[in-house]
Amino acid sequence: MINGNLKASYGADERVLNNRNKQMFVYGCLLLLALFPLFADDYAILMACKMGILLIAVVGVNVLTGYTGLVSLGHGAFVAIGAYATVVLSNLFTALPEGVLPFVVVPCAVAISALVGIVVGLPSLRVKGLYLAVATLAASFIVNFLIEQELFAPWTGGVVGINTPVPNLLGWELDTKREMYGLITVLAVLTLLGTQNLFRTRVGRAFIAIRDRDYSAEILGISLLRYKLMSFAISAAFCGLSGALFAYFYARILPEQFELDLSLELVAALIVGGMGRTMGPVFGVFIVLIVPELIKISMGFATGGDLEMQRYTAPVQEIVFGLILVFFLLKEPLGINQITDRILRSANRWPFARG
Amino acid sequence: MLSVSDLHLSFGGIKALQGVSFDVREGEITGVIGPNGAGKTSLFNAISGFYAPSEGTVRFDGSDITGLAPDKRAQLGMARTFQNIALFRGMTVLDNIKLGGHTRLKTGLFSAFRYFGAARAEELELRRDIEERVIDFLEIDHIRKYPITMLPYGLQKRVELARALAMKPRLLMLDEPVAGMNREETADMARFILDVQEQFGTTILLVEHDMHMVMDICSQIVVLNFGQQIAAGTPDEVSQNPAVIEAYLGAAA
Repeated sequence: MINGNLKASYGADERVLNNRNKQMFVYGCLLLLALFPLFADDYAILMACKMGILLIAVVGVNVLTGYTGLVSLGHGAFVAIGAYATVVLSNLFTALPEGVLPFVVVPCAVAISALVGIVVGLPSLRVKGLYLAVATLAASFIVNFLIEQELFAPWTGGVVGINTPVPNLLGWELDTKREMYGLITVLAVLTLLGTQNLFRTRVGRAFIAIRDRDYSAEILGISLLRYKLMSFAISAAFCGLSGALFAYFYARILPEQFELDLSLELVAALIVGGMGRTMGPVFGVFIVLIVPELIKISMGFATGGDLEMQRYTAPVQEIVFGLILVFFLLKEPLGINQITDRILRSANRWPFARG
Repeated sequence: MLSVSDLHLSFGGIKALQGVSFDVREGEITGVIGPNGAGKTSLFNAISGFYAPSEGTVRFDGSDITGLAPDKRAQLGMARTFQNIALFRGMTVLDNIKLGGHTRLKTGLFSAFRYFGAARAEELELRRDIEERVIDFLEIDHIRKYPITMLPYGLQKRVELARALAMKPRLLMLDEPVAGMNREETADMARFILDVQEQFGTTILLVEHDMHMVMDICSQIVVLNFGQQIAAGTPDEVSQNPAVIEAYLGAAA
């Protein structure tokens, strides 16, 4: 039982971390993130960076699918746009000093992504559900098709991909994964914080209203056109930011990295983690990236590093991962976030009855 | 304040409204009654902008709003509730009511991302306003943190009224506010509606089947039957009207 939890002002009641357990959890996580590079090996840092990059994109999908209720199967394309815009613009703006280049290029890449997001979002005013999903899927095929075209190969590198620049923040070259970890973590935390803030204000509430009952939202003065497109723009912008980090993190990007697989991974992570919840994407990304690694490692132990055996265990890993996803969806259709909510609730009531 | 003239609405061959004309006077409660399928809800949907009438005009405060989108009408000060509760089921009572304040707030996208500063000040002011003006008034302070799905039907109806009141509307349209309620709940709701009119001076237009309540609280009544307006006037006039009696009870044999 938490004592001292009575609120005496509206301000105190409107706080997000409104009790000690939540505060401890969030501040503990932040501390862990800050100390992580001190004890983590290169492999752990690599995984953390991958998670951070994917997280930003999943948060983007969460804004659109989780909060606004518009399903997209094409968000991999926005990651691609962010990544390619970063590389192409970096190669174009060679006149700029290297130290300021990322501060110009990344916002441009994010803006381009957002604009394309608005265009892709236009059908959402007419179609919903599966039909919209197919429309976004088509849009992502078009984006991938354009990137692979010979015509644009001088800029995009075509199907063989293109080398990416090393980010230089005002003279600080982020040429190690450990340095990139810092950048990615800060941006991922800011993205989460921004999203949490968004849904405490009228803008975010309007998104949820559209998801829950669109005609009722209209009667309250919410323009469906404006807010649906805004939601598309925000989610595409986050995916674009994720793409920019993706480009900076890897030495080379290829069109095939941004195909349907990525779009599906984003949606899968969101569903497993919990749609329409701030922390949902965090849990989802954890499951989608860490669980396959754990399965791989444990398979490695089981086979004792026998290469001949590993040929047979490789497909088993995929099957096991698939089964784990199905199990989670059956047990917790609302995602991992539902489990953590339950834990938090019983922690708040402890030592009294759980409920 | 609201003036409907010669409104026609048809869906294919079905004529839902055929020449409905009436005025809603400022500060009064006007009721729309009629047997099932008379076109009451169609009339409401045409007034709030979901259906485009094939003929006729809707004027609000003297300006023609016939072709205006629903969200623009909300900005003019029109609020409504729905016959089968249209609350946002994924949110708490408080968030639902806060949405009523949407058009009055100004927070833009970028200050929303920051939250601290202007957006927070505005949110706290909204919270204070709805707590003191709406939640207290409708006596729903005990359920403000509850998710909508946990509430009984009668309370959901009251929360929907609260959400409409949070808009500070000048015209409040209630589509069957006491449908499916027992006598006690009906009496409560009737009291709230009268209080709204009295305290805030809100003009009210309501559709209702409960004759007792309509006769008790409305000062003007419009009667529809098969999409046609068969009578209009004070409760006394309407209840004496032979066409109304025939519509409800059938013609004398």
